[in-house]
Amino acid sequence: MNFDLNEDHIMMRKMVRDFAEQECAPGAEDRDEKEEFPMELWKKCGELGLTGITFPEEYCGVGADYLSYAITVEELSRVDASLGVTISAHSSLCANPIYLFGTEEQKQKYLVPLVTGEKMGAFGLTEAMAGSDASGTRTTAVREGNEFIINGSKIFITNGYYADTYVITAQMDKSKGNRGIAAFILEKGMPGFTFGKKEKKMGIRSSATYELVFENVRIPAENLLGEEGQGFKIAMVTLDYGRIGIASQALGIAQGAYEQALKYSKERSQFGKTLSELEVIQFKLADMALQIEAARLLVYQACHMATEHRPVSKYSAMAKVHASETANMVATQAVQILGGYGYTRDYPVERMMRDAKITEIYEGTSEIQRIVIAANILKD
Amino acid sequence: MDIVVCLKQTFDTEAKIVLNSNGKIDGTGVNLIMNPYDEFAVEEALKLKEKFGGQVTLVSMGGERVTESLRTALAMGCDEAVLIQDPDLESPDEWVTAEVLAKAVSKIPYDIILAGRIAVDDGSGQVAIRLADALKIPSVNCIIKLEVEDGKAAATREIDGGTELIEVRLPAVLTAQKGLNIPRYPSMMGIMKAKKKEIKGMTLADLGIGAADLPRKMSITKFSLPSPRKGGIKISGEAADAAKELARILREEAKVI
Repeated sequence: MNFDLNEDHIMMRKMVRDFAEQECAPGAEDRDEKEEFPMELWKKCGELGLTGITFPEEYCGVGADYLSYAITVEELSRVDASLGVTISAHSSLCANPIYLFGTEEQKQKYLVPLVTGEKMGAFGLTEAMAGSDASGTRTTAVREGNEFIINGSKIFITNGYYADTYVITAQMDKSKGNRGIAAFILEKGMPGFTFGKKEKKMGIRSSATYELVFENVRIPAENLLGEEGQGFKIAMVTLDYGRIGIASQALGIAQGAYEQALKYSKERSQFGKTLSELEVIQFKLADMALQIEAARLLVYQACHMATEHRPVSKYSAMAKVHASETANMVATQAVQILGGYGYTRDYPVERMMRDAKITEIYEGTSEIQRIVIAANILKD
Repeated sequence: MDIVVCLKQTFDTEAKIVLNSNGKIDGTGVNLIMNPYDEFAVEEALKLKEKFGGQVTLVSMGGERVTESLRTALAMGCDEAVLIQDPDLESPDEWVTAEVLAKAVSKIPYDIILAGRIAVDDGSGQVAIRLADALKIPSVNCIIKLEVEDGKAAATREIDGGTELIEVRLPAVLTAQKGLNIPRYPSMMGIMKAKKKEIKGMTLADLGIGAADLPRKMSITKFSLPSPRKGGIKISGEAADAAKELARILREEAKVI
């Protein structure tokens, strides 16, 4: 067992960190305040190859492993969690299901421009009546000749409106429940495909979260992803891998908040000592560092399983639940250490605390993660 | 157009410098980086390559860890690298470094040689210029703009209070000043490709140099750290008196006004 990053990973971390600190951090506060989508940064991410890390070179990808991807999302999220989730949702939730389940034609047409960053991707699973329970899916798809007709809507869609390519699920046969669901690839601009409400969120405010509306959207039959009835499975496998992205995002938020608190504790003096000299603060910092290291090991282990094509579900669920709970604990304690200043928008820990919360909710709540973990450990 | 870039690995500019018991700089655990001025040289070389084609070859001298900086430059887009490593190259002076680099560079085809104007660690600023001398080609230092055409380079360099434009026939050595360009980040693809590129190791024997050929012309007698910062002075009393006292200290003791 080797806990050291290899030369490539060290270089990747340095590159993404330099990019994040020099290009992404300076405007993060402003973008959060204005709910401004990081479109310019997205383009730069594409140029640097951050939009297609795990995909093979034959599809113009970097052909790197999941650890490279996790390090990237972690480093971006360390300064701007909104940018982190933009990359994560694009890669894990849109490009990845097309890579895993798409036909060669679909990969050439949709995966390649996603991987190069020319196009952005999004994923539509959640609906008003179908959150943790996908069987409540009301969006329908009906086959008519060489086309499918899609009707319904999706909510809370990350990268909505800005994305060009959407993987969505729709019910084809209600009597079959989850086995009646199919997945489809939609393009922005298809007649009948529009965007509804933009969510005003507590955190990750510069990431875009939109409602997708489908009114008699006619899509060619070849845009069916996988087979009819396979949609639920596609969604679940997609989320199994996707959790690595969110776990990495949470890890990055935790690391960023911890570093802010550590720095502040060495500068701020009270009672004639720096905060870092006070045992009560030292214990907080120790707990933060401890949980972050544990989360990092879980995340990197899940990456190892994914790269080796071994069952990833249990590991990605464990990584996600631990990293997201760590992010919330650490960000909350970071605000506590910064005190009144931490509660203001003059310091980034306020944003980090707001950003952290969503990691316990999206791509499967912490409660769902525990169900996934339990199902995995009880089936053996 | 074939380009050689001389690259040095230096301490991270944020590294804390400590002297060991022998009074030498202690490099243990220090983060090492590509000399920031050399990054400008690498970027300029890549821009020339994009415009004119050709090969960019890195040449460096130092220990095993230099490969980290060479890999970074290869990931940025340079084509190959030469690393000169030899036990007889411990603590070289600038003359030694320039002589050895000249031997290595003369084995590589080149139209332009680029380097940083200075290394941020020892700051001597001599090696690139001495290299040009050893190769008997012209050099222009501190350039902030470069245009190449018809075997000639038009280089703009900083001078006191302005700039001067120098035209020089190639091949030549040019050293990069801050402002020449903004170095690119190595891309993910570049990082993956870098490991397939060659870093050719060379010893003094490979270059046909004997240890006796390199008598040091200088030796460093002593390193010393800056004296630790003294605490501030607190001037008490009424505002008017305190201001008077402050003015007196600034004028008579600090001699800044």
